[in-house]
Amino acid sequence: MSDKDRRVLNRGLAQMLKGGVIMDVTTPEHAKIAEEAGAVAVMALEKIPADIRASGGVARMSDPAMIKAIKKAVSIPVMAKVRIGHFVEAQILEALEIDYIDESEVLTPADEENHIDKHLFKIPFVCGCRDLGEALRRIGEGASMIRTKGEAGTGNVVEAVRHMRAVISQISRLASMKDDEVYAFAKELRAPLDLVFETKKLGRLPVVNFAAGGIATPADAALMMQLGADGVFVGSGIFKSQDPKARARAIVEATTHFNDPKIIAKVSEGLGDAMKGVDIATMPKEQLISTRGW
Amino acid sequence: MIIGILGLQGDVAEHITYLCLQGIVARVIKKPHELEGIEGLIIPGGESTTISKLLVSSGLLQPIKALIDEGLPVWGTCAGVILLSQEGLLESAPVKATRNAYGAQIHSFIGHGKIAGKITPMVFIRAPKIEWLSPDVEVLSTLDGNIVAARHKNILLTAFHPELTKDCTILDIFLEMIAAQKSKSKSSQIQNTRLQANAL
Repeated sequence: MSDKDRRVLNRGLAQMLKGGVIMDVTTPEHAKIAEEAGAVAVMALEKIPADIRASGGVARMSDPAMIKAIKKAVSIPVMAKVRIGHFVEAQILEALEIDYIDESEVLTPADEENHIDKHLFKIPFVCGCRDLGEALRRIGEGASMIRTKGEAGTGNVVEAVRHMRAVISQISRLASMKDDEVYAFAKELRAPLDLVFETKKLGRLPVVNFAAGGIATPADAALMMQLGADGVFVGSGIFKSQDPKARARAIVEATTHFNDPKIIAKVSEGLGDAMKGVDIATMPKEQLISTRGW
Repeated sequence: MIIGILGLQGDVAEHITYLCLQGIVARVIKKPHELEGIEGLIIPGGESTTISKLLVSSGLLQPIKALIDEGLPVWGTCAGVILLSQEGLLESAPVKATRNAYGAQIHSFIGHGKIAGKITPMVFIRAPKIEWLSPDVEVLSTLDGNIVAARHKNILLTAFHPELTKDCTILDIFLEMIAAQKSKSKSSQIQNTRLQANAL
């Protein structure tokens, strides 16, 4: 199969996930709850980001046995995380026939200079970004889908908003530029020139862009959708809350009907406590996850 | 002419662009009142489990079923095939389909099959297979022995994604179905007026 065909298929799978919620799960039981609630895909990982934060140490790719068990439990696509730059973990996930690889800052980076050359793989990758330049660098390396990073495991949406606003406002700046200004802008973004021109022409990223990191309520999900996300990832926000089933369901509804405050109000009722969350401004800088990757 | 696109989840925007390029007006359907006045409905690609749940909670399930019974032309791509099949929530076509029948994403592929005598690119992404169909279902295309496009009365099914290509073979078939339905309802309207006139 040609690289071009692969690109259509791998970007295409992300297009099929649009308007949906991808949920972090750690067990086959949680995966079933997520599917039952209407998740479009699940992210199989050993610990949700909030617990990775709490336990410290090196966070790595999950046990293949656990990933296989989750794959068996559900019919929706299964994603799994590898460390930034750890192409052998990615080779393992490809051998396991996982549907999407997340080269994720939530795990401890394995390479502080290079991300994985994602063109070498048949299966698609999703990567995190904090701004347009970072998004286009990842797409240049072969990512088929982007997610804004946010600050995973905090239950605090502030960084997700910052990153989504950065991407969207940079795209609107780019769209209004004259062609001769694009060269300097590409240099400022540190992004591949052809992708900068493509983004200008499309008026959006050339791949699907979800929001991630800190989404904990139906209102958070709708906020990210109104800001321009194609869909949302919810990690700790569901299974760290009082009633995961009801919350998962409500976030799915709010993501679909993100423009209808009446529906969001209705589904937000009586969900119990959201995850506690942390104030990111008071966190020591070395505890920030979103600054990993470049 | 307005064609509705079920907009609960999936590649809704891709379908809008696909129709726009042919100069067709598309309307995203998330609520029952938005169904009014559409002359065709597209069920897009997406996750059929997710769309099923949202069909119920949005109150769209029964109104769409009623419109299908009245003869509204409906085209299901990929997840849409599952929803329109006998065991799907809309249970509108006498076919049985298996979800994600080719396996994981690594087995997704682009093939070239014949529809209406024309070689057509076909994008299969975690695609379903139509495993059984009633004898009155018309097979429009097969690829490697699998049925990949079929039609039954006002229902059009494609296991692949024409909206991710520039090919309009399937769209043309759907537009013909809409035109046929239009002239049918027009002639029945004329007949009704005649009956009324005769009664007078």
